Amino acid sequence: MASFEPILTRHIHREDSHTLSGYKNVGGYKALEKMFKTMAPDEVIEEVNASNLRGRGGAGFPTGVKWGFIPKDSHKPTYLICNADESEPGTFKDRLLLNKTPHMMLEGMIISSYAIDCHLAFIYIRGEFYQEHKILEKAVEEAYATNLLGNDILGSGFDLEVVIHRGAGAYICGEEMGLIESLEGKRGWPRIKPPFPAIEGYLRCPTIVSNVETLACLPHILNRGADWFKSIGSEKGSGPKLYCISGRVNNPGVYEEPLGILLTDLIFKRGGGLIDGRELKAVFPGGSSSAILRADEIDGLRMDFDSLSAAKTMLGSAGIIVMDETVDMVSVCLNIARFYAHESCGQCTPCREGTTWLVKILNRIYQGNGSLNDIDMIFEITDNIGGLIDFSKGSFGKTICPFGEAVAWPIRSFVEKFKDEFIAYVAKGVEVS
Amino acid sequence: MAQNRTFKFTNPQRVEKILSQYPDKRSATLPLLHLAQEQEGYLTSAAIEAVAELVEIHPGEMMDTVSFYTMFYTKPMGKNHVQVCQTLSCSLNGADSLVDHISEKYKIAHGDVSQDGKISLVKVECLGSCDTAPVIRINDSNYESMTVEKFDKIVESI
Ligand SMILES: Cc1cc2nc3c(=O)[nH]c(=O)nc-3n(C[C@H](O)[C@H](O)[C@H](O)COP(=O)(O)O)c2cc1C
Ligand code: SF4
Ligand code: FES
Repeated sequence: MASFEPILTRHIHREDSHTLSGYKNVGGYKALEKMFKTMAPDEVIEEVNASNLRGRGGAGFPTGVKWGFIPKDSHKPTYLICNADESEPGTFKDRLLLNKTPHMMLEGMIISSYAIDCHLAFIYIRGEFYQEHKILEKAVEEAYATNLLGNDILGSGFDLEVVIHRGAGAYICGEEMGLIESLEGKRGWPRIKPPFPAIEGYLRCPTIVSNVETLACLPHILNRGADWFKSIGSEKGSGPKLYCISGRVNNPGVYEEPLGILLTDLIFKRGGGLIDGRELKAVFPGGSSSAILRADEIDGLRMDFDSLSAAKTMLGSAGIIVMDETVDMVSVCLNIARFYAHESCGQCTPCREGTTWLVKILNRIYQGNGSLNDIDMIFEITDNIGGLIDFSKGSFGKTICPFGEAVAWPIRSFVEKFKDEFIAYVAKGVEVS
Repeated sequence: MAQNRTFKFTNPQRVEKILSQYPDKRSATLPLLHLAQEQEGYLTSAAIEAVAELVEIHPGEMMDTVSFYTMFYTKPMGKNHVQVCQTLSCSLNGADSLVDHISEKYKIAHGDVSQDGKISLVKVECLGSCDTAPVIRINDSNYESMTVEKFDKIVESI
C-alpha cells in the first residue's frame, strides 16, 4: 500500500481544526482569495471539469458537468444545496468533515456558488446531527463576521447568503429530489426526473445538490490545480476519497485514501482485519444499497466507480460493512429489508408494498416457516421494485426514485450469493414441522 | 395529558429571523416545527396550527407533513428519550441485547413511555456512527460503543 498524504483529513487531529483560525492557519480560504483575484466563473467550471471530480454522495456524477446543465438564459435565481443528510447505513464520513473541518466544506460552497452564480445556498443537515449542527452554526457565524459570507465577499463584489436547514428524520430526504421537496416544507417525496434539479429544483429554479465531501474537494482543486487532483488515484476515478469501515473489523473508522485503492487493503490493513482472527464472509462495498460481495470476489478489486460497477455493485457512499464467517446471512438480509421497508416514502406501489412483502417473507424464512417458493418470490419482488439498472446513469427503473434499485440490488445479491443458507433455513423449518 | 389549547412562540424574533431566511414562506416549515417542539417537548395540535398559519397552508396539510418525519412527536416522550440504533453495523455488534435490556428493565416496548414518565424507547435507523457501534442516542447526545452496564450508568447519571 503506497503511502498517501491525506488531503481532506490532513489536519483534523488538531484541536482547533473546526474553527476559522484553525482552518486559516493551515491555508484555509486561500483558494477563495485566489479565485476572486484570478478566475472568472467559467474558468472555475473548466478547472473542476478538468479535475475529473465525481460526486461523493453516491451516484458519482461529474460535478463540473452537472454545473454545465444550468440554463444560461434563465431569469430565475440559481440555488446550491449542500447535502449533509448522511443516513446510508454504514456511512459516517460527512459527519466527520462537519465535526472537524466545516470551513473546508463552506469554502467549497462559496467556490461552487461563484461558479454557478448562486447567491443563496442551503446546507440540509440531517436532523439527528445535533452536535454537528451547533459546530456548523458557529462556522457560518465566523464566516459572516469576517466577510467570507454576506455582501461583497472579500471585496470581490460577489454576494452569498448561507442558510442551515435541519432535516427531521427521513432517509429519503438524502435523495436530491426528496431533499428539495423537504426543503420546500413538504413531505420528502422525490419527484420524477427529468426535469433534473439543475433545470428545475428548489422552488422550480435551477438547483445544484452536492455532497459534503464533494464540496470539500473544491478548495484543493483550485489551490493545487486540476492536473494534481487528476494525478491522485487511477484513471477511472481521481482524487482523495473517504472510506468508512464498520462491522466485524478490528479498527473501524473513516480512512482517507485515493480512489481506486484495493478493497482488501482497506479491510485488512486500514481496518486491521477481522475480529478474533475470523474469516471474511462478505462485504458491502458502498453502503447497504450496494450489492454485497462474497469473500472470493474481492481479490484485486479496486474501490472506484467503474471497477465496482463492473463487479455489478457500486462505490455508492463508500460505506464498507464487513461480515465474518459467523454472520447469519438470512438475518442480515432481514435487517436490511426492514430498514428499507421503514424508509420507503410510500409514493410508488412496487416500493411501498414490495419492501413490506420482503420483510414478511424474510421473517417467515427466518422463523423457519418459509418454503422454496418464498425464495423465488424474493427474486420476483425485487425485480418488480427495480431490475438491475446502472446507477450511474440515473433512475430509469420502475419507481420514481433510485431507492427502488437501492433495495432490489442488495436483497437480490444476498439470495443469489448465499442461496444455500436460505435453502437451509427452509429445510430446517420443514424438519421441525 | 391534556393538549394545550393555545400556542404562542416564546421567541418571536427567532420566528421572524427564520421566516426572513427563505424566499418563500412554506420553506420555513421544518425550522418552525423544530422550534415549536423545542419549546414544548412535542408538537401539540395548537402548535401545528400556529405553524400552518405562519407559512400559510391548511392545518390538515401541516399535520400530514409532520407525520412524515420521525423526529417530530405529537405526544410527550420520556424525560430521557432513548433511541437505539438497530441498523446493520449496530446489530452486528450487539444492539439487540440493548433493546431487550431496556424493554425488560423499564417494561416498555418501542414507542412507549415508562409509567413514571422518565424513560421512553424507540428503535431508530443508522445514526451515522457505525464505527462506534452499537450506538444509543439519549435526547440529543450520542453514546458510543454501548454495553448494558454502560447504559445503566449513563441513565443513572443524567
Ligand atoms: C435513497 C437515496 C439516498 C441518498 N442519500 C444521500 C445522502 O444522504 N447524502 C448525499 O450526499 N447523497 C445522497 N444521495 C444521492 C443524492 O441523490 C445526490 O445524487 C447527491 O447528493 C449529489 O451530490 P454529489 O454529486 O456531490 O454526489 C441519495 C440517493 C438516494 C437514491
Ligand atoms: S422508489 Fe420508494 S422511496 Fe423512491 S419515490 Fe418511490 S416509494 Fe418513494
Ligand atoms: S448502524 Fe448504527 S450507527 Fe450506523
